Amino acid sequence: MRHCTIAILVGLGLWAGNAHAQQPPQVRPGSKAFTESGILGEMLTLLARIAGANATHRASLSGTQIAWGALVKGEIDCYVDYTGTIRKEMLPGRDLPTEDALRNALAEQGIRMSRPLGFANTYAIGMKKDKADRLGIRKVSDLKKHPELKFGFTAEFLDRADGWPGLRAHYQLPQTSARGMEHALAYESLETGSIDATDLYSTDAKIRTHDLQVLTDDLHYFPNYDAVLLYRADLEQRAPQVVTALRQLEGRISERDMVELNSRVELDKAPEVQAAADFLRKLGLLRPEDQMYVRIEGPAARLWRLTEQHLFLSAVSLLAAIVVALPLGILSAYRPAVGQVILGTAGVLQTIPSIALLVFMIPFLGIGPAPAIAALFLYSILPIVRNTHAGLTDIPLPLRESAEALGLPGFARLWRIELPMAARTILAGIKTAAVINVGTATLGGFIGAGGYGELIFTGLYKDDKALILQGAIPTALLALLVQGVFELAERWLVPLGLRLKPAA
Amino acid sequence: MLELTGVCKTYRGQAALQPTDLTVLAGKTTVLLGPSGCGKSTLLRVMIGLVRPDRGAVSFRDTPVTPENARELRQRMGYVVQDGGLFPHLTAEGNVTLMARWLGWEQTRIKARLSELTELTQFPADGLARYPVQLSGGQKQRVSLMRALLLDPDLILLDEPLGALDPLIRSDLQADLRRIFRALGKTVVLVTHDLGEAGYLGDRLVLLRAGRIVQQGTLTDLVQQPAEPFVTQFINAQRGPAL
Ligand SMILES: Nc1ncnc2c1ncn2[C@@H]1O[C@H](COP(=O)(O)OP(=O)(O)OP(=O)(O)O)[C@@H](O)[C@H]1O
Ligand SMILES: [Mg+2]
Repeated sequence: MRHCTIAILVGLGLWAGNAHAQQPPQVRPGSKAFTESGILGEMLTLLARIAGANATHRASLSGTQIAWGALVKGEIDCYVDYTGTIRKEMLPGRDLPTEDALRNALAEQGIRMSRPLGFANTYAIGMKKDKADRLGIRKVSDLKKHPELKFGFTAEFLDRADGWPGLRAHYQLPQTSARGMEHALAYESLETGSIDATDLYSTDAKIRTHDLQVLTDDLHYFPNYDAVLLYRADLEQRAPQVVTALRQLEGRISERDMVELNSRVELDKAPEVQAAADFLRKLGLLRPEDQMYVRIEGPAARLWRLTEQHLFLSAVSLLAAIVVALPLGILSAYRPAVGQVILGTAGVLQTIPSIALLVFMIPFLGIGPAPAIAALFLYSILPIVRNTHAGLTDIPLPLRESAEALGLPGFARLWRIELPMAARTILAGIKTAAVINVGTATLGGFIGAGGYGELIFTGLYKDDKALILQGAIPTALLALLVQGVFELAERWLVPLGLRLKPAA
Repeated sequence: MLELTGVCKTYRGQAALQPTDLTVLAGKTTVLLGPSGCGKSTLLRVMIGLVRPDRGAVSFRDTPVTPENARELRQRMGYVVQDGGLFPHLTAEGNVTLMARWLGWEQTRIKARLSELTELTQFPADGLARYPVQLSGGQKQRVSLMRALLLDPDLILLDEPLGALDPLIRSDLQADLRRIFRALGKTVVLVTHDLGEAGYLGDRLVLLRAGRIVQQGTLTDLVQQPAEPFVTQFINAQRGPAL
């Protein structure tokens, strides 16, 4: 018998070892919450899959700090960022003038940097192409010869030292006045001719639709924002073939390409995966037989996935909150002094803005569902504790006395008398927590935990109202559904005697 | 049966009960009587151990009542709180049989006891499945009484069992209570502020005023040999204006 067991264990071990050897490496490319980053994240994902990895894209990380933190902690393996951003936000206060200096500084943190991918996403000055052609303007310094040109800049560019004031001084431009205006309005004003030039990002999708000429920064005023691939040093050991595959993008994406890609997604509403796949195909990096790696999620599949994720976030956090908050509520009712502390603490937790709470969680729990669940859990505590406390303390004294006078011990009084009598109030607290929870779970979209929030946040950064609604409407419906379910549950859980109206 | 020596109770500096000695005689009905707020309910709570006296001792059948044995002793006492105190989430039957179920009685035994009790209190059998909100005031009191009698207690404590009832039902129940007490031969302590009720149901009257026993004795004793002018005053006030 024993030999047999050992044989099986050894067999299992061999099998497991074998399976391990054949298992494709796990690679998690990331991307930040804007279109360009999303498309590049899809490219990395596709290339990793083609190179034989099991790749999952962790999209929509909101902000450089979150993406960078995730990379350093190994929650993502690679993503694309810009040299200017790396210098200013990831390694601030260090003098890293050259690419090599930057590369060495990153290596200290276990991060590798590829050579530039080709395009830069920097501040730039743009004009209508036909006008620029007519006046023979190609470079920023060409503006000097045309003092009559009118400029309209975004408020930020107008004010920042490294914006318009610095640009004017650097190029010694003769134009003295510039108007401040919204981006969208600036494009319209270019069309009508009420301004001649504006500031823009060099890969802005609008460059294509408005047929703009981006003026070359010939005197190198704007800092470099070259796109580079960042990846973890351990990826090189784990999956060298994946690193090789990803680095095929070096020097292959021009600004024109990136503008084109951005506009396909933002203006033509193509899925990011589609844009990424088409581009890789054009580069010859995606062969016809690799098409199976291009997984475009249909709207129904996406809705289903997001629903599952949303329910998961809400349900796990709510269950955990019930398990913790119910005993805390009971304790508060029985020990008023402790109760004050518990209710006070739960109340303070509730006043922390949800986004802030979520961001506080990230250093401890990273990105993904864990911090979202933790934050939702903390939010759900108060309504449940408060209602449990209220339900128990509201029980009339004669009834509590009767239970005691019968000779029931404390636990039996709680279980058979007090909790059933407080059931309706407690359930109302849980219902409140659940409904708030379903709404707040949309913040999961903010830190890559999925759920309907993913659509809302994507919609926000793409300025796509339809997408926002596709996230907001199911959230509202789910909240209503949850409310309905709890109203049904009341019939089961609240004793009949408490629901009956007194006889007339 | 029950012996109180020097018990007193103060709430926030105000004496609800001054040092009091009282003996509850076995097999008799003792009635606690007095104006509202004089400490009748407090005295009853001290007897059953719901309120621990500041000083003094309570002994039940020669056993001193302590916080440790209070719960056990309570199962040998039946208590009906002022206003009934029926649990709204349980049916009449659920209320009456709660302790039996908790003690793990068999179904047949519970059923048998239940029918004894409904017969004794003349509670309609079809009312057993109803919830307290669906019962009349008189029916609720009968259920409370059945619940107090379930474990066949040695001592029954009732706090104004007929307080909130209209006069007709009240006199019906008074008659029923007297019949039940006589039939069972139990020791009973009953609180009321109605002199007539006290005389009708009680063997022995205890008149309280401001947390202090003013006089004990039969109704005749109180009428004919008042210990203080207050006794006469209380009796006269109860006779009502026009009568
Ligand atoms: N838990 C308590 N906390 C504070 N004071 C109390 C408490 N219970 C009773 N008292 C006070 O003690 C005094 C006696 O109250 P008790 O309930 O014994 O009066 P009672 O004779 O039963 O009156 P009633 O006929 O109105 O029921 C009252 O002044 C009351 O306010
Ligand atoms: Mg009272």
